Amino acid sequence: MNTSIHETKTDQIFKVFVYIFLTGALVIVIYPLIYIISASISNPSAVNSGKMWLYPIDITFDGYKLIFENGAIWRGYLNTIFYTALGTFINLAVTIPAAYALSRKDFAGRNLLMGMFVLTMFFSGGLIPTYLVVKNLGLIDTIWAMVLPNAAAVWNIVIARVFFQTAIPKELEEAAIIDGASNFKMFIKIILPLSAPIIAVMALFYGVGHWNGYFNALIYLSDKEMFPLQLVLREILVLQEMSAQSTNLTGSMAEAIHSKQQLAAIIKYGVMIVSTLPIIIVYPFLQRYFVKGVMIGSLKG
Amino acid sequence: MSSSTATSPLQKEEEINRGSTYHKLKQEKPRKLKKRRKILQNWQLYIFVLPAFLYFFIFHYIPMYGVQIAFKNFNPTLGIWGSEWVGFDHFTRFFQSYYFWDLLKNTLGISVYELIVGFPLPIILALALNEVKDSFFKRTVQTVTYAPHFISVVVMSGMIIAFLSPATGIINHAIQFLGFGPIAFLSDPDWFKTVYVLSGVWQSTGWGTIIYLAALSGVDPQHHEAAIVDGATRFQRIWHINIPAIVPAMIILLILNVGSIMALSFEKILLLQNPLNLESSNVIATFVYKAGLLDAQYSFASAVGLFNAVINAILLIVVNKIAKKTSETSLW
Repeated sequence: MNTSIHETKTDQIFKVFVYIFLTGALVIVIYPLIYIISASISNPSAVNSGKMWLYPIDITFDGYKLIFENGAIWRGYLNTIFYTALGTFINLAVTIPAAYALSRKDFAGRNLLMGMFVLTMFFSGGLIPTYLVVKNLGLIDTIWAMVLPNAAAVWNIVIARVFFQTAIPKELEEAAIIDGASNFKMFIKIILPLSAPIIAVMALFYGVGHWNGYFNALIYLSDKEMFPLQLVLREILVLQEMSAQSTNLTGSMAEAIHSKQQLAAIIKYGVMIVSTLPIIIVYPFLQRYFVKGVMIGSLKG
Repeated sequence: MSSSTATSPLQKEEEINRGSTYHKLKQEKPRKLKKRRKILQNWQLYIFVLPAFLYFFIFHYIPMYGVQIAFKNFNPTLGIWGSEWVGFDHFTRFFQSYYFWDLLKNTLGISVYELIVGFPLPIILALALNEVKDSFFKRTVQTVTYAPHFISVVVMSGMIIAFLSPATGIINHAIQFLGFGPIAFLSDPDWFKTVYVLSGVWQSTGWGTIIYLAALSGVDPQHHEAAIVDGATRFQRIWHINIPAIVPAMIILLILNVGSIMALSFEKILLLQNPLNLESSNVIATFVYKAGLLDAQYSFASAVGLFNAVINAILLIVVNKIAKKTSETSLW
């Protein structure tokens, strides 16, 4: 906007406040992130005593070494990669064709179907009835419990539908229909090649959801071999710390717990980083896609 | 942007499709014939929607049917349909239980606290970001403040537990450095709500600005130029030009937030809950999880969940109605 006209004093003071405010926000958000990175490679006793507060002290990679030697973390990691890949694939296979069909003006019944989908955003059977459905289908303790109960998200279908309505020229579809192309053929030959941006956005949204989710695994899986990373993290980050605060044990029992806690203390900052690493790596490159997805959504909302 | 958020999704769609000549041609044919022809011609489109239809039917509509177990004594061998009806027994038991008011108070308390603190902050941050013309600084602030959105709830809870630990946490070290005694944040019921809300603010304020920044980017620069010529200060321009531009987005988000006041995202609460802070962290959603899945009281937990969902639906409808009357912006 135009600032060529000279600024008054109050405007300048105002601007200074804006910068102070934003810098404050920046520091508040970034400090814990830096702290975690520093803590993950510092001597745990320096971290726990508060001596380490910004930059690493007594740099050690013991924490990471313990993480890489930990079978449970590895297994969780592999499980999560698998669930994320399979889950995202199913999400896309369900979302993209449906969103495309629902974007077509000449698709009879689309408003009814869309209404049926959107209604589930506001009304649902709730936790227990959903759990019973999953249980009755025999999905408990199978990989399908990790990918089918969240095979699609209404909001993502809405976003993809807006994309198809606005970004695909109607003339292309009309020409294809006049040429006698079937809907299948048109979808594969014309629509999909034009849909790379929305497929990327959807894959990101769903992928992050699978990577970060723990609740489905918590209620549908009991076999530790199948636990995704987030459930393993829950044991390390949440449950062991809990036992430290709420038990008053003595003797060898306490010692055993103590060493378990010590292990947790050494590796906890490292696992935070290791588990978030894939997202940290892709985030800077894909930020604008994420933002774009939210913007399409807001256009609609 | 400001007008587009004000229209309902369906109206918007009409606008988008108005330009389609294909559609106009089709409309000239007799209606019934047209419809049958459309269905026959586009039978493949039904196959496109079929997986999504099956998903919503199985995982959303069947549970809605299954919610009747809230009025029954669910017996797995008899099934949902075969179990005996007990009317409102589970509801009465819940309303008369000693924990009913605690659950309600905690659920509403955390939600309202979150709404009051969490709702205005993204707006303020977005307005401030919009004032910055230095694109490097702006982009840095955006990239950094968006980042916590991608931290999983488990890692977030782990961070909270680690930072707030009375003996080893950095926050308590800072408090002690300032000369005060350590605070056991997570075992003190008085602190639980604040910990929950402020950590949520840290995680989601940045991401929440996106929708407002999108609305602000739609403001016509000429308005600002004209205002500058008229001698308006920056603050006056924000107040009279920028804020009106984001009001529709604010109202929509406010409706959605108030409408989900009872549908508190409980995954973080469940992770941060412990016997010592239960007094203020026990909310309806975590109670349903524990009663239903850990204690297998399926019918009772469904009743509690249904009570929650009904209150929620009523809130959403009422707030939407109020918004429609007062501002002409609404969800439907």
